Amino acid sequence: MSFLHRHRNLTPYLLLAPGLLYLGIFFVVPLGFLLHQSLQSGNFDVGYAFTWAWGNYWDAIRGYRGHFIRSFEYAAIATVLALLFSYPLAYWIAFRGGRWKNLLLLFIVAPFFVTYLIRTLAWETILADQGPVVRVLRDIGILGQDGRLLATSFAVVAGITYNFLPFMALPIYVSLEQMDGRLIEAAQDLYASKWKAFVRVTLPLSLPGVVAGTLLTFIPAAGDFINAQLLGSPRNHMIGNVIQSKFLELTDYPAAAAMSFVLMAVILLMVALYARAVGTEKLTG
Amino acid sequence: MSTPDVRLVDVTKRFDDVVAVDDLSLDVESGSFFALLGPSGCGKTTTLRMIGGFEQPSEGCIFLGEREVSGLPAYKRDVNTVFQSYALFPHLSVFENVAFGLRRRSVRGETLRGRVEAMLKIVGLAGMGRRKPRQLSGGQQQRVALARALVNKPQVLLLDEPLGALDLKLRKQMQLELKAIQHDVGITFIHVTHDQEEAMTMADRIAVMNDGRIEQLGTPTELYETPATAYVAGFLGVSNLIHGTVSGSDSVRLDRGPEVRVSAAALNGRTGHVAVGIRPEKIELGNGQPNALEGKIVEQAYVGVATQYIVETDCGRLTVYRQNASPGLNGASPGDRTTLSWSPDSSFVVDSMEESE
Ligand SMILES: Nc1ncnc2c1ncn2[C@@H]1O[C@H](COP(=O)(O)OP(=O)(O)OP(=O)(O)O)[C@@H](O)[C@H]1O
Ligand SMILES: [Mg+2]
Repeated sequence: MSFLHRHRNLTPYLLLAPGLLYLGIFFVVPLGFLLHQSLQSGNFDVGYAFTWAWGNYWDAIRGYRGHFIRSFEYAAIATVLALLFSYPLAYWIAFRGGRWKNLLLLFIVAPFFVTYLIRTLAWETILADQGPVVRVLRDIGILGQDGRLLATSFAVVAGITYNFLPFMALPIYVSLEQMDGRLIEAAQDLYASKWKAFVRVTLPLSLPGVVAGTLLTFIPAAGDFINAQLLGSPRNHMIGNVIQSKFLELTDYPAAAAMSFVLMAVILLMVALYARAVGTEKLTG
Repeated sequence: MSTPDVRLVDVTKRFDDVVAVDDLSLDVESGSFFALLGPSGCGKTTTLRMIGGFEQPSEGCIFLGEREVSGLPAYKRDVNTVFQSYALFPHLSVFENVAFGLRRRSVRGETLRGRVEAMLKIVGLAGMGRRKPRQLSGGQQQRVALARALVNKPQVLLLDEPLGALDLKLRKQMQLELKAIQHDVGITFIHVTHDQEEAMTMADRIAVMNDGRIEQLGTPTELYETPATAYVAGFLGVSNLIHGTVSGSDSVRLDRGPEVRVSAAALNGRTGHVAVGIRPEKIELGNGQPNALEGKIVEQAYVGVATQYIVETDCGRLTVYRQNASPGLNGASPGDRTTLSWSPDSSFVVDSMEESE
């Protein structure tokens, strides 16, 4: 007590200490380890040695450019789709939900009660060639007689969109929910039609939620491999699939580590550009 | 008389089983400063929201000028509101807040800048256009809200307790400034408040509301000097009400006291049980006036401009103010017996409200 009194300015750091310690042990140390690994050469049988093997990075970029590009493409499309679905959903719950609000929110997070893997496997069944969706689409002629959904980029993007929708919807909901409804009345009082009031007041005030939602969706989606593995074919594989197989199947640890770093670097760069474009003010409200 | 700017005809508003506004009719003259005064929950905000277009009446019509506006949405009415909570747009600068209505009406460029800056100057915020609302004090935010509404030169400006959040000193100052601004711009103001002093200071005409209805409508002087009901007498300032029975065309016999004279105009043909009202500052200590009551001073309080006495009489406790014209106290002190007297012309008569005592 008296120690804290004398060193009052230490208090914030002491409060931060557990979190910093956790981050240090479980984030920074493994990251350092990964960096070290990414510069090794050798193989599982003869062992790995640290040789400043920058070539790993070069191989990662040159050998898997297509996978990188596809990852960001899928992630971007899924993020946009999730935004288009989530915004009206969140808007409706926030402003029209009334006493059903909490129940409706529960529905949004309900998928989380089942693990990610099982949910995606369920989609595999739903979209399967013998499944009901494909049969109906074939019957009404939207799909050709041997057209399919599974193992297409459509299925992968749809899977990612579905799996990350709550991460988009919840932050948007929060930013809309905390908005003062009288501001919309004020806008209408000042000759703004319903639509103008939305564009000039509601939308700008919900931007922090939109920005948070797009980041929470795009970042994990770019590194995802489950959807491409279960719902796509090898032609739809993303960089996550490559990293996963190099780590767990081919035991090419240095190459996998180097790819992870490239992925991380590109995502960081994109987030930085995005934050600059929308203004960091939007991130903090 | 010209057509009134705002006219409510038999307007009723029900929320489920709550009757918020009950068969209310009202004319507000063009260019006047009109106050809606009443206790919390009496329906002031609801009335204002119906004029603004945020609520639709359950029954009755509302006219703005010649035009019947039922069903017309808020953004199509030539009316602006200063909200109780200000409701400034937090993401816009002060300048853009004020420019909001003009931009919706396609005012652009130099005209826009000129009008916004002139208005900021009127409300004393010149040079603060680039700030965000959260960087302003409460009083400054209040002025932005006012400027944001006034800059559109609406036919009618609605103000819902705009001074409620300010401290007493600032509130007094803003009352006078608002009045001056209204005088300068010549727009009809409808001002909602539950503060009788504020309504009296600012308004040309006041409607005293109670339970969704108008109790009395008149100038501050009329309401104060000749309140029509005991409710109005009690709501505006302090008043002494003494019960009695009418005993002639200009006299009332007090229930537990002598017969007193009142003006025939004040009695206005009433018969039976009534209450005679006298304002505390119109009662003299001493027997200089025709109507007199004996009593004993039980309390004395010095309140600056006046000394307040509470005097116990057969007709109950009466409050008396005596102006502190000369230094020190006025001589009378608790325990003294005294005579109270007043002139017939400075009393008023209202229907007795025995049941509410
Ligand atoms: N949207 C609503 N739904 C249900 N009842 C309402 C609604 N708005 C107002 N009321 C009721 O109508 C009555 C009048 O409310 P109003 O807000 O007009 O009062 P007020 O005179 O403005 O009071 P205050 O001085 O406290 O602001 C109250 O009994 C209130 O509970
Ligand atoms: Mg109110």
